[in-house]
Amino acid sequence: MTISIRSVEKKFGRYPALNKVGLEIADGELLALLGPSGSGKTTLLRVIAGLEFPDAGQVLFHDQDVTFASAAARRVGFVFQQYALFKHMTVAKNIAFGLDVRKGKDKPSKVEITRRVDELLRLVELEGLGGRYPSQLSGGQRQRVALSRALAVQPSVLLLDEPFGALDATVRKSLRKELRRVHDATGVTTIFVTHDQEEALDLADRVAILNQGVIEQVGTPEQVHDHPVSPFVCGFVGESNRFEGVVSGGRFTSGSVFLPATGLADGPAVAFARPHDFSLDGSGFEVRVNRVHIQGALAHVDAETADGRRIDVVTSRDQAEHFTGTVRLAARKAHVFPA
Amino acid sequence: MAAHRRSTDDPVWAKVLIIGLVLLFLGLVLVLPLAAVFAEALRKGLQPALEAISNPDALAAVKLTLLTAAITVPFNVVFGLCAAWAVAKHDFPGKSLLITLIDLPFSVSPVVAGLIYVLVFGLQGWFGERLIDHDIKIIFAVPGIVLATIFVTFPFIARELIPLMQEQGVSEEEAAVSMGASGLYTFWRVTAPNVRWGLLYGVLLCNARAMGEFGAVSVVSGHIRGLTNTMPLHVEILYNEYDFVGAFAVAALLCLLAIVTLVLKTALEVAQPAVRGRSGH
Repeated sequence: MTISIRSVEKKFGRYPALNKVGLEIADGELLALLGPSGSGKTTLLRVIAGLEFPDAGQVLFHDQDVTFASAAARRVGFVFQQYALFKHMTVAKNIAFGLDVRKGKDKPSKVEITRRVDELLRLVELEGLGGRYPSQLSGGQRQRVALSRALAVQPSVLLLDEPFGALDATVRKSLRKELRRVHDATGVTTIFVTHDQEEALDLADRVAILNQGVIEQVGTPEQVHDHPVSPFVCGFVGESNRFEGVVSGGRFTSGSVFLPATGLADGPAVAFARPHDFSLDGSGFEVRVNRVHIQGALAHVDAETADGRRIDVVTSRDQAEHFTGTVRLAARKAHVFPA
Repeated sequence: MAAHRRSTDDPVWAKVLIIGLVLLFLGLVLVLPLAAVFAEALRKGLQPALEAISNPDALAAVKLTLLTAAITVPFNVVFGLCAAWAVAKHDFPGKSLLITLIDLPFSVSPVVAGLIYVLVFGLQGWFGERLIDHDIKIIFAVPGIVLATIFVTFPFIARELIPLMQEQGVSEEEAAVSMGASGLYTFWRVTAPNVRWGLLYGVLLCNARAMGEFGAVSVVSGHIRGLTNTMPLHVEILYNEYDFVGAFAVAALLCLLAIVTLVLKTALEVAQPAVRGRSGH
């Protein structure tokens, strides 16, 4: 199912949640909507789902206008942030809900429903738990039930709102893999909302980055990380050191710090340099090393310039011994944007 | 005890003092009067008390009270569910006005509530003559008593359900609707089960007040013995006639009805321990 979102606008009172948002989602894609809280990512997901209707613009499913169609008519599978499982129904009844509500010849037989529920329980590795109530499950298990309930109706698109938000770090990681596996097994077009960039970059085929109701950039995880198109994306995705200064003659300067800015027009600018893009270089600028701490194969260096600016540097562990006292640093590359 | 002292534990003397105060207060204000009602009723033995209750006028009062509750409670269940559903799950203009209106019976004196109906439906009231033309009696008759009781008790269930439904949010309903469930199906299969304990509690409170309401009913009833006297009104009449045993016997019966509802509630909760706590109560 391809999905097109065309200049969608949505206001809550006078506060614009979405401002002329456009987005194309390919069939079978796994897309992340990434942004800080209040960026409009959940509103966009709910507009796609048919739980919220836009003030202007269009939503197309497979070239068909569904802007004002109900969620049920769009056949979406929605996984809510707090799961929204039906507390008084067993796991099996929860999963079967979307099939149970059907009427007439659309309604599968009891045997068919049971078979489908068992199949879904197996898919999310919850065999044998069909008779339990949601309160008897762990957070991760509830999330799996919510996922299989959304899949039971064989949705045209699977939508997940902060699916791992309420879970602890270990469970998050394993469920992330699980979602990827389920997506690959079913091939259903999937969109999920997250504020966790690691989650988005790790899981998604493409990432759409939202800020204040506007999509700043859409691209593969590599594209948004390595080629950010705006200062916001650069600051939001990945680690970076931020500097304010001026560009002059293809070089960015901010106090004693200078960074490459080849091909940029002269003028005030803001620059971002990734911690792993710094290396020791005799022709670089001078910093004092405050602390080096080892984390696995990497060494994190806290450095400080003479005028008191802090710089984070990440280097390989075998380089760590060279970071003592006062050293000279140079950045291999930097992202510089006119201010 | 000392082995498991927590930082939030109060000193022993404070615990004893506070618990003692609560028990003393409860004893003076609740238990003692309740015991006095039964003691007074049985002062001359069981026989006179039973006779007072089985008097035809007393039986008529019991019947009318039960009838009033039997009409009022279902009406307020429907109204309370609708109002709470509208307020908690939807946004619409005039919502805060509706919430204020729901609270109106709590803020208005029951006597005024009764007078409102006399003014509207009474002989000199707005619809008085038209009602007489069609031979419909509301004031000084059973319909007036039921109307006044509904007015006085209608916040109980709505007020119990609104915070509960608000706390539960709308995502379960959204989940149901997104899977193709209709509004009514969603209400019966998702919303109602989630609030059943709150609803039961509201029903019990509403029922207790419906059976016990005095002020509003007193204004619209007309105090016709055997016809428009409810139990609380009958108690008053007997008391004013210095028939203390009779008054306390009917009062004791009223208390018993209240105690039975409380026991019912506890029994229901014990019978379904698995559901308890999961519904937020």
